[in-house]
Amino acid sequence: MAPANRQIGKPVPRKEGREKVTGAARYVDDLAFPGMIHGVTVRSSVARGKIREIRFAPGIPWNEFTIVAAKDIPGKNCVALLIEDQPCLAEQFVNHPEEPVVLLAHPDKYLLEEARRAVQIEVEPLPAIFAMEDSLARKEIIWGEDNIFKSYLVEKGNLDAAWAAAEVVVEGEYDTGAQEQLYIETQGMIAQASPETGVTVWGSLQCPYYVHKALVRLFGLPKETIRVVQTETGGGFGGKEEYPSMIAGHAALLSWKSGKPVKIVYDRAEDMAATTKRHPSRTRHRTGVTREGKLVAMQIDFDLDGGAYETLSPVVLSRGTIHAAGPYGCPNVRIRSRVVATNAPPHGAFRGFGAPQSVFALERHLDRVAAAVGLSPEELRRRNFIREGETLAVGQVIHEKVEMSKLLDRALELSGYHEKRARFQKENSGCAVKKGIGFASFLHGAGFTGSGEEYLGSEALVSATREGKVQVLAGSTEMGQGTNTVFAQIAADAMGLDCEEIEILQPDTALVPNSGPTVASRTVMIVGKLVETAALNIKRSLEEKGFLKAGFDKDEFREASRRYIERFGGLQSLVKYQHPADLHWDDGTYQGDAYGAYAWAVYVAEVSVDTRTAETRVDDFVAVQEVGKVINPVLAGGQIEGGVAQGIGYALYENVVWQEGRMANGQMTNYIMPTSMDVPAIRVYFEEMPYARGPAGAKGIGELPLDGTAPAIANAISQATGVDVRSIPITPEKLLELLENVHA
Amino acid sequence: MPEAPRKVRVHCQINGMPMSLEAFPMARLLDVLREQAGFTGTKEGCGEGECGACSIEMDGALVNSCLVPLLQADGAKICTIEGMGQVGLLDAVQQAFLIHGGAQCGICTPGMIMAAKNLLVRNPEPTESEIREGLSGNLCRCTGYTRILASVVAACRGSRQGR
Repeated sequence: MAPANRQIGKPVPRKEGREKVTGAARYVDDLAFPGMIHGVTVRSSVARGKIREIRFAPGIPWNEFTIVAAKDIPGKNCVALLIEDQPCLAEQFVNHPEEPVVLLAHPDKYLLEEARRAVQIEVEPLPAIFAMEDSLARKEIIWGEDNIFKSYLVEKGNLDAAWAAAEVVVEGEYDTGAQEQLYIETQGMIAQASPETGVTVWGSLQCPYYVHKALVRLFGLPKETIRVVQTETGGGFGGKEEYPSMIAGHAALLSWKSGKPVKIVYDRAEDMAATTKRHPSRTRHRTGVTREGKLVAMQIDFDLDGGAYETLSPVVLSRGTIHAAGPYGCPNVRIRSRVVATNAPPHGAFRGFGAPQSVFALERHLDRVAAAVGLSPEELRRRNFIREGETLAVGQVIHEKVEMSKLLDRALELSGYHEKRARFQKENSGCAVKKGIGFASFLHGAGFTGSGEEYLGSEALVSATREGKVQVLAGSTEMGQGTNTVFAQIAADAMGLDCEEIEILQPDTALVPNSGPTVASRTVMIVGKLVETAALNIKRSLEEKGFLKAGFDKDEFREASRRYIERFGGLQSLVKYQHPADLHWDDGTYQGDAYGAYAWAVYVAEVSVDTRTAETRVDDFVAVQEVGKVINPVLAGGQIEGGVAQGIGYALYENVVWQEGRMANGQMTNYIMPTSMDVPAIRVYFEEMPYARGPAGAKGIGELPLDGTAPAIANAISQATGVDVRSIPITPEKLLELLENVHA
Repeated sequence: MPEAPRKVRVHCQINGMPMSLEAFPMARLLDVLREQAGFTGTKEGCGEGECGACSIEMDGALVNSCLVPLLQADGAKICTIEGMGQVGLLDAVQQAFLIHGGAQCGICTPGMIMAAKNLLVRNPEPTESEIREGLSGNLCRCTGYTRILASVVAACRGSRQGR
């Protein structure tokens, strides 16, 4: 029997919301420890070269400073992640601009800035690689044996034989630029470290146990002497997945040497110049289709620019590869993908994690395929959508009910697509401002890919206190997306309590189990399920021992917990992830069940393009998705709206200008993200089909909106103007050139 | 060698309390508020007046405190997010942000709420486009602004009902 007190589906206010709206929430830069000093990073100005000499110019009282270089590192000089190729501080060679070389600490922030400028790092330049083509052509070998961090091959059916059945073949090349995460809180960390006490860091981060692992390697200390505490985190979007391991290492090294707590907080310019961004990409499609619009052959070559070190590039490439063929049932597919090294700061995790790149290419390409066979964009997709029982490119049979056609119908209806498309076509001729409407249909896998979740083996703990409160202990972080609130709802609902009875502990590796990283749209679906199971276990324990009777209220629950703990000493449940036995994945062939569940979506964008200024405005945006059960409609809606806004930025405004591996526009003045004037009212609709293995039926949601927004906008611009958009961002400069070609 | 700058003392009123602050004349008001006066609710997002995270009210006007030198604050009446309401007693705008999902990661929220409050003082019943314009100097990376607008609309509605 379902508990009477349902918390699922309710717009429960954000758990830490009162602190956030009053300014009482404490972010890392709001903390000051007694005796704390400040740290800065001195970085390479050269893209690639051999470090000759580090000079400390006169005029600075250097004896007052703590100075750290590679030789001061007690353990291994690396930022341990998948592999250990990235140094924490460059020693002999630098491989990208802004690579950290020297660290300085001093109590006076202003003097510290002067000192930073007075450190001269003399580097003998070596030839560098800035373009993917040059890296693939091996003009210089800058990483490993062939400049390739990782490559994948996915094969479905028999592509070589399939071309014979293709009556029309459409080819195309598509590019996406880098994108800055642009969390409004820059990266920051405070460390307290000494040989006697070990290493503790407090900071803005997504993955406490990633930082923990990196510090263990960097200091060569036992695990239990390292502690990582997450402070309130002002946005992450992937940008605080791997980079915090770097800045935590730096703060800890300075503290280790100075014996004082050290705070490092980047200013915006340093954050934009030095930290990771979304991987730039290039995708080549060759698609064979029948005259009736049936996809028979898809060849996809997908390449990413990884920057100078591997970081998470193989995993980003993996997700991009698996999503490259979309929610379609084409029987013959070959996807070849590579991520290559260049001498730019490493690219890394950013919401969507490779999928926004490959989905942009596919969804833009399919509009061109539709035109080539004389079908409407929606009809081409309708004839190829994957259905229950059919297989994705990686050979995963879709067992869940999937109704892409219904999502498409609903999205087109809600957006007034057909009426507008016809009207715009009529009204656009003769108008300088041209309107268009376009869409993208797509899927996004929730959780780690393949055997990733099995390998992680995440844990979560729920514990009842003597006072009758329930505590959730997990390594999953709140960074605005709603972890605290949603975990409270899941636990409360499972136990039949109100959310106020649930306390979410701050992630602290000394207290919480390793729930895996807060990434990959996995927090609700994977960790939330562990929380739900643990909460149910506690309630069951109370019931089985006769302390709790049906229809209990919160006071009876408190009393039951108190009596249970009195009798047995404690009441808690630690639950470890168990990989479903029917999910199989083969890393060798890259075949199998890539994800436990997918979110499915159709997004429609309506735009107007001023052909005189080549500026594009998004006038309306409809986002329809099936994400399983929605736990909190306000938070879930906010996730989609925020992701769509980031997607609008990705499509139209956010242009990283590169000069020899360095971001040339690393300020908010000239790297443009959407303001309240640049986004329309984003209209979000959920179809809810409960997913049996998710907590209360929920699937993952966080990354989904980044995938479909940019291609929907690009397709709308193409419809409005007749230009063939092949790359994003579609800046006015780029669009002006395209418009001139159309009218030439 | 030029003479090193000397610290100055300025007197101002912050959230209704008289305060005396001492720093270099060109010190950013943002830093002095956070580090000396202890009002850490005011945030730094960009340090160049683009993002609005450091928005405060100075003599009734909304300003980016990262662009205000301390000297300019002499004699000013300053209101920061701490002057709006407390965790246990929220102001109407704060309450609306809490209920309608106007805050996600929360780092832009203090500045956003200051901007919303300033707008509503000047224009108690703004249209949607007036709200968009009024908040256009405050960047939010999480929400896509939709629920921030809804929060401001709800705060207006709430105050109408309160009259």
